[in-house]
Amino acid sequence: MTKQVTLTIDGQQVAVSEGTLIVNAAKQIGIDIPVFCYHPKMEPVGMCRQCLVEVGRPVVDRATGQVVMEDGKPKIQFGAKLETACTTPVSDGMVVLTASEKAKANQREILEFLLTSHPLDCPVCDKGGECPLQNLTLAHGAPASRFIYDEKQHADKRVPLGDLIWLDRERCIQCARCIRFQDEIAGESVLAFYQRGRATDIITNSEPGFDSIFSGNTTDICPVGALTTADFRFGARPWEMKAAASICSQCPVGCNVTLNTRREAKSGGKVVLKRVMPRQNEAVNEIWICDKGRFAHHFTENEHRLATPLARKDGKLALVSWDKALGLVAGKLADAKGEAVVLASGRLSNEDLFNLKQLADGLGGEALLYTQMGGGELTTAYGVPAGTNFAEMGIGTTILVVASDLYNEAPIWYLRLKQAAERGATLILANARETKLEKYSQFVVRYSYGDEAETICGLAKKAHVGEAITSAENLVVLYGSDGLGLDGSSALAAACAELVKSRAGKPNNGLIGVWPRANDQGAWELGFKPVADLKAVFQKANVVYIAGADPFGDNPELTSRIPHHASRIPQHASRSTHPAPFIIVQELFLTETAKLADVILPAQAVTEREGSFTSGERRAQRFYPAVPARGQSRADFVITAQIAAEFGLELEGRFAARVMDKMAATVKTFAGISYRELAETTEQWPIVGRGDLYYGGTTYENKQGLGVILALSPSPTGRGARGEGKPLRPDEDHWLAVPVTRLYDLGITVATSALLKARTGGAHILLHPDSAQKLGLAAGEQVELNGNRLEVRLDPTVPVMVALVPRSMGVPIAGPMVAKIKAA
Amino acid sequence: MRVLEPLIELRRGLWTTLRSMFEKQVTTQYPEHKRPVKARFRGLHVLKRYDNGLEKCIGCALCAAACPADAIFVEASENSAEVRYSPGDRYASTYEINLLRCIYCGFCEDACPTEAIVLGDQYELTFTNRRAAIYTKDMFIEPVPAAGKPTPQKTGPGMFTRSVPEMKDPSD
Repeated sequence: MTKQVTLTIDGQQVAVSEGTLIVNAAKQIGIDIPVFCYHPKMEPVGMCRQCLVEVGRPVVDRATGQVVMEDGKPKIQFGAKLETACTTPVSDGMVVLTASEKAKANQREILEFLLTSHPLDCPVCDKGGECPLQNLTLAHGAPASRFIYDEKQHADKRVPLGDLIWLDRERCIQCARCIRFQDEIAGESVLAFYQRGRATDIITNSEPGFDSIFSGNTTDICPVGALTTADFRFGARPWEMKAAASICSQCPVGCNVTLNTRREAKSGGKVVLKRVMPRQNEAVNEIWICDKGRFAHHFTENEHRLATPLARKDGKLALVSWDKALGLVAGKLADAKGEAVVLASGRLSNEDLFNLKQLADGLGGEALLYTQMGGGELTTAYGVPAGTNFAEMGIGTTILVVASDLYNEAPIWYLRLKQAAERGATLILANARETKLEKYSQFVVRYSYGDEAETICGLAKKAHVGEAITSAENLVVLYGSDGLGLDGSSALAAACAELVKSRAGKPNNGLIGVWPRANDQGAWELGFKPVADLKAVFQKANVVYIAGADPFGDNPELTSRIPHHASRIPQHASRSTHPAPFIIVQELFLTETAKLADVILPAQAVTEREGSFTSGERRAQRFYPAVPARGQSRADFVITAQIAAEFGLELEGRFAARVMDKMAATVKTFAGISYRELAETTEQWPIVGRGDLYYGGTTYENKQGLGVILALSPSPTGRGARGEGKPLRPDEDHWLAVPVTRLYDLGITVATSALLKARTGGAHILLHPDSAQKLGLAAGEQVELNGNRLEVRLDPTVPVMVALVPRSMGVPIAGPMVAKIKAA
Repeated sequence: MRVLEPLIELRRGLWTTLRSMFEKQVTTQYPEHKRPVKARFRGLHVLKRYDNGLEKCIGCALCAAACPADAIFVEASENSAEVRYSPGDRYASTYEINLLRCIYCGFCEDACPTEAIVLGDQYELTFTNRRAAIYTKDMFIEPVPAAGKPTPQKTGPGMFTRSVPEMKDPSD
C-alpha cells in the first residue's frame, strides 16, 4: 500500500495515495479542473496551461523541520504564481484553490487565447457536441473575446495525414495529445510538431502518412475536432446517433466497442452503422481500439450480403422459403446421422457454437473447428484465471510470447504487453523472425522455423531466459501460429503448457492462445475438435454443415469432391466411389464455399444480433444488436435450433440468454455464468465518456458489462495433438513456405471496407533480400509459388530460404510446406 | 309610443346596413385575392442561397436539434472544389421536413448559424397523404439568383473554405 497524503482542495479534505496529481485528486472528490493536454493514460506535460490552480503548502521551519503553526493551524504559503494541476503531485497539508478569482481568471483567459484563432466551425465540426473545447468554453469561458475578430489566423482545413485520418490545422490547439499517444502508447512516433508559435503544425513524418495501426485513437483523444476519420467525416452529428454495445469480432482480444447507428437516407432509409468507438474496459482494451476494429465494419452493410435461403435446384441456386430450406436440411441431417459433420469457425458466438455442438451430438456426428491453430484444450486447462489483467503486470512478471506477431495478430495485446514491459515486466519474445514487439523485450529467443516446440521445451534450462521464466512471480505465455499449422501449433501449445502447469489457477499466470478468430477459444471450451484433414472429412461425410467458414475459398483444391464444380477438379483428384457430401452453408456472404453448397442459410452479422464471445484471455463478453437484420437472415443459433426442431431435437432458439443458461448448466467452464453477470460493471478509472468535464475523449463509458473470465477446466479434455512426422525445416535445397498473419488481409470482413484497400494490397510473399537475389528477383516482381502468382516483397527480417505467405491473402496455406518458387 | 318602438329599432338596424354599404370592404376574395402576410409571419420554410448561387445551408443539423417537434431530418456530405454546393466542407445532401409535424415555431431559423433556413410567406399547404407531407430539399431551396450559378458548382481550390460567413454582428 502506498503512502496516503491528505490535502485540502477547495475546502474539502481528501486522502489520496502519494504521487497522485492534483487534477486526479480533485476528480476523486468531484471537482473538475479543466484540462486540454492532460490525459490520464499519458505522461503529463503541462503545456496547455488550462489547469493552473492556486497551490499553497505548509511553511516548514528550516531550523527545526517543524510545520509553522498560526492560530493553531499550519501556516500556508501560497506561491506567487499559479501551478499546473496536471503536473504537480500532491503533498501533505497542501491547500489547492481551483475556483479562486485568480484561478478562474486564468481559466477564462487561457480559453480566450485558445479561441483567438479557433474557427467558428462548431456547426460543421464532427466533434461538435462531444468536444472538450466546447464544453470547457461553456463552463469557464468568457462571454466575449477582447481580441479582434478580423484578425483570426486561417490555415488549411483539409489536410490528409494519412488515408484514414484528416487534420484541420485551424482547429488544432497544439495540446500534443495525438503526438504523445503515438510516442508513448502506440510506440510509433509518426506525428510531430513543425514550426513554432502561431505557425505550429501537426505533421506526419512517415511514408505512407500516419503509418500506424492505432491512428483512429488520436481522433478519440483530440480535445477539438482537428483530427477526424476519413470513414466518419460528416457522417452524422454525435447527438443524432444511437449507441449499442458490442465486442469487436476481428481478433481474439475482444475489445469492447460501441456501435453508433443512424437512419440514413443515402442507404435507402435503413438504420446503418456510422462508426465504431472504443468502450472502456480497463482489463481488456482500456480505452483504445486498433484501426482494423474501427474501420473494418462495412461488411454488415455490404450489398452482397445473403438475405434469403437458397437451395440448389437443377444445379443452380434458387430462392426458397425458410420452411423449405430447414425441412430439406433437417431431412438430410436426420438421414446422415453419424455421417453428418458440423464444421464451424471461431467467427460464431458461444451460443451458436453451443447449439451446433448439441446438434452434432444429437446426431452422433462430429463437431469440428475450422482452424489452423491447435492447443485449445490446453488454454482451457491452463489459461489465465479470473483476476488477470495485463495492466497489473510489471516488475516480477515474465511474459513469454512465442511464434506470434502480436502487432498483426492482436494489436491491443501488443499495446498492453508493451506497456507491461515499460512498467518493468520481463518480456521474452521467441520467434523465427523479428517482430515489432521485440523492441520492448528484454530477451529475444531466435529459432528457425520447425524448431518451435523444441526451443520452448529447452527454454527453462537456458541461462538467463530460463531464470526469468522459472523464478518469475507471475508467468504468462502467449503462443500463436506464426509460421505454424495445426500440428506445429498444437505441439507448441503442449510445450508452452509445461511452463505454466505448476502455476495453474493463479491470477496473472497462464497460457493464452493468440487465435486467428474472435471466438476460437469459445469453440474449444465448448468441445469442438480441430480438423486436421479437411479433405478426408469431405470424402467420408454424407452431410457437411458449414457455419461461418470458407474452406473452399481458402483452399480451392478441396473442391475436387464437389460435383457442382466439376470444371475445377484438378488432375490428381481422388476417384473414390463415395458420393459427394450434401453441403449446407450458413454464412453472411456467397463465399466460394457457399457457391458450391446445396443449401445456403443466411446468417446475421455480429452487429445485428445478441450473443457472446470468449476472448483469448477466456473472458466471456456480451454483444448487443445495433442494426436491424439483413433481409430474412437469422441468428446462427436460431437457425441451428430450428433445424434441430425439425427432427425432434429440442434446442433453445429464441433467446441467446437462455442458450447461455443451458451452457452454464452443461459446460463446466461456463458453470454459473449468466447474461446478467456478463452485463455487470464496476467503477473504472480513469473516468471517461460521462457528462462531466474531465479530460474528455469520445471513448464510451462501459455500462453494458465487463465480462467474466471463465473457470479453468483442470484436466485437459484431450492431449495436445502431437505433430505427426518431423516438422519441416528450411535447408540448402528446399524452400520453406510458412503462413503468417497480417492485420489487414483479404478476409471477407476486412475486404468489404474500401478504406483499408490501400493497406491490404494483393497476394504477396515476403522474402529476405538475399533469398530474392538468389532467385534473381527484385521487389514488386511476380513469382510463382506452387502454381499461384504472387508479388514479391522484400523483408530483411525473414530468414533465408524461407518465404512468408500471409494467410487469407488469396494463397492457400494451411501450414509450413515445401515451396517451389520460380519467377513468373 | 309602444307602437312606434319596433319602427325605431328597425330604423336603427337598417341604418347600420346602410352605413356599412359605404364602408371599406373587409372580405377578401380568397383565393382570387390574397391578403399580404405580416413581416414576421411564419410560413413554409425556404432554404436560402448566396448571391453567387451557393446554398447557405451547410448541413449542420442544428435546426433538427432545435426542432421541438422532431420534424427535420438532415444528412450531410462533403463538398469539394469540383463539386461544391455550399461554402466550406459540408453541405446538406438530404434535407427533409415533415410538415405534418412542423409547428412553425421558427426555432430552426433561430438555430441556423448561416441564416439558411427562413420561414417564408407561403401558407397554402395541402397534402393528400402523409408521405406527401415530407418536403425535400429541392422543394425548399430558393431559385438561383440572377447573378448566380446553380449548384453543384465547380469552384477553384482554396475558394469558399469557410462554412460560416463572417457576419458583421454575430449577435444578430
